[in-house]
Amino acid sequence: MADVALSSSSAARRSLLAGNVLPILLFVAFALLPLFAAFSAEAYLLSLVTRVMIFAIAALSLDLLIGYGALISFGHAAFIGLGAYAVGILGAHEIHDALISLPAALAASALFAFATGIVCLRTKGVYFIMITLAFGQMVFFIATSLAPYGGDDGLTIRLRSTLAGFSVFASDRALYYVCFACLLGAYLLCRVLIASRFGRVYRGARENALRMGTIGFEVYRYQLIMYVIGGAIAGLAGFLLSNATDFVSPAYMAWQRSGDLLIMVILGGMGTLHGAIIGAAAFLLTEEWLSGLTEHWKVIFGPLLVLVAVFARGGLIGVGTRLRGMLRG
Amino acid sequence: MADPVLRIENLSKNFGGLRVTDEVTLDVMPGELHAVIGPNGAGKTTLINQVSGLLAPDAGRIAFAGEDITGLPVHTRAARGLARSFQITSILPRFSVLENVALAVQARHGSSFRFFGSAADEDELNSPALAALTQVGLADRADAAAADLSHGEKRALEIAIALAMEPKLLLLDEPMAGTGRDEADRLVAVLRSLKSRFPIMLVEHDMTAVFALADRISVMIYGRILTSGTPDEVRADPQVVAAYLGDEME
Repeated sequence: MADVALSSSSAARRSLLAGNVLPILLFVAFALLPLFAAFSAEAYLLSLVTRVMIFAIAALSLDLLIGYGALISFGHAAFIGLGAYAVGILGAHEIHDALISLPAALAASALFAFATGIVCLRTKGVYFIMITLAFGQMVFFIATSLAPYGGDDGLTIRLRSTLAGFSVFASDRALYYVCFACLLGAYLLCRVLIASRFGRVYRGARENALRMGTIGFEVYRYQLIMYVIGGAIAGLAGFLLSNATDFVSPAYMAWQRSGDLLIMVILGGMGTLHGAIIGAAAFLLTEEWLSGLTEHWKVIFGPLLVLVAVFARGGLIGVGTRLRGMLRG
Repeated sequence: MADPVLRIENLSKNFGGLRVTDEVTLDVMPGELHAVIGPNGAGKTTLINQVSGLLAPDAGRIAFAGEDITGLPVHTRAARGLARSFQITSILPRFSVLENVALAVQARHGSSFRFFGSAADEDELNSPALAALTQVGLADRADAAAADLSHGEKRALEIAIALAMEPKLLLLDEPMAGTGRDEADRLVAVLRSLKSRFPIMLVEHDMTAVFALADRISVMIYGRILTSGTPDEVRADPQVVAAYLGDEME
């Protein structure tokens, strides 16, 4: 009896580990990279992977919407842009402290998500895609017309954010670890949310909204809250992006950028969270590699994506799972 | 006499020029199983959809537990204790069987605006869910994915979900639809065990089941209630025999 209990609990532990090997490896790799980078092109590697982590945060938040709620947002870059502009605009007024700019970035993106979510979430399917795209483009065009803040050209950020007066984001390595901490925090937050009572209702709405209604849930409210959380996390990515690039531009929220985010999530594998991180890394690293080879890298990148879409259903994670299955027999 | 749990008064609904619910008046008393039968296209499901709130009636009134619910949305009616099953199975396919039912428990117990703590590990949700599954004979399939259940098991899961809502009234829309004889017998046994514990409005095609279970039967044809009465009265009614039962009851 005791033996049975013991073996079943160790089996549970093993399966807990098995389900988490990939995410753990990912985060260990991110954590150790700066040590390795010290022996090579440090600045280049650090800034590249910082960028990967920032977009991974945004992709995570998009996966929260697409992968778990079937809310295919085509305007997700707007939230990044709002977060970034919060830093840029406050910076233009000599406010550089993250104690102010970070809450402002989160609030701006969350508010925008709330105001647009009220409308978007009343629609379904293709209409949801179209209306999120429309709202995204609206913010894009507002940003291009913000003449005092650079308009089309964007806005240079003279000083990176400080934290309570200390310039903790100043060095590239420090910024790297700030982004790492944010990615880890966002990832864990998403996992907790998904498993919670709230998350279960939210996931149930994707499975069968009619059934959820007839057991007593107004799924719209749950979707709206998740939409706001997703928007705020993307706003955090925007806050980090503006600090990493020392620059804010309307291009951050162009619809192509929303498309990139969708590709990252689908490429990595929807509905897994760490798939979004892998997708962001694969997308940005491939882009970096190909654009180093040729100016016309998109000619190669496009067909690559088509191949993934055709042959790798379930994204890169799905390929990994299938390969493991084939090796076993 | 006690007040009815559900009272439908002069309910009417048109789909374009077609009158699918025509001045329907009907009630369900506490502890009663009231069956609604009628040929295909008689408007039975349309009636259930109006009671559960998926469709808005054009005229008439629906009162539940003494209160007018005619204008209330689906989820509010459900929260007040109106539980329904669907003719075409409506479950959460990728959730486990237990989770399907635990969600219904969750709808009744405490807030679902809890953002931390794993819902799947909450005993407060899982034990009532397991109890509901036991009542319909699905306890041993609790960990299976709902999509992997057999058709009959899915029908039973629908009932378990409704039970877990601690309903004040069960609206069952053809719970036996598409099941074989064995599965149907098992479901009849389940329904018999629920009868008198819950008021039930049952829409069903399976005549054997209806006459075995119902306290009262209403016969619906072309959106109208043709007649209402005990199973014996309905069986003897010449109008019913002519219009509907004739060929099925031979």
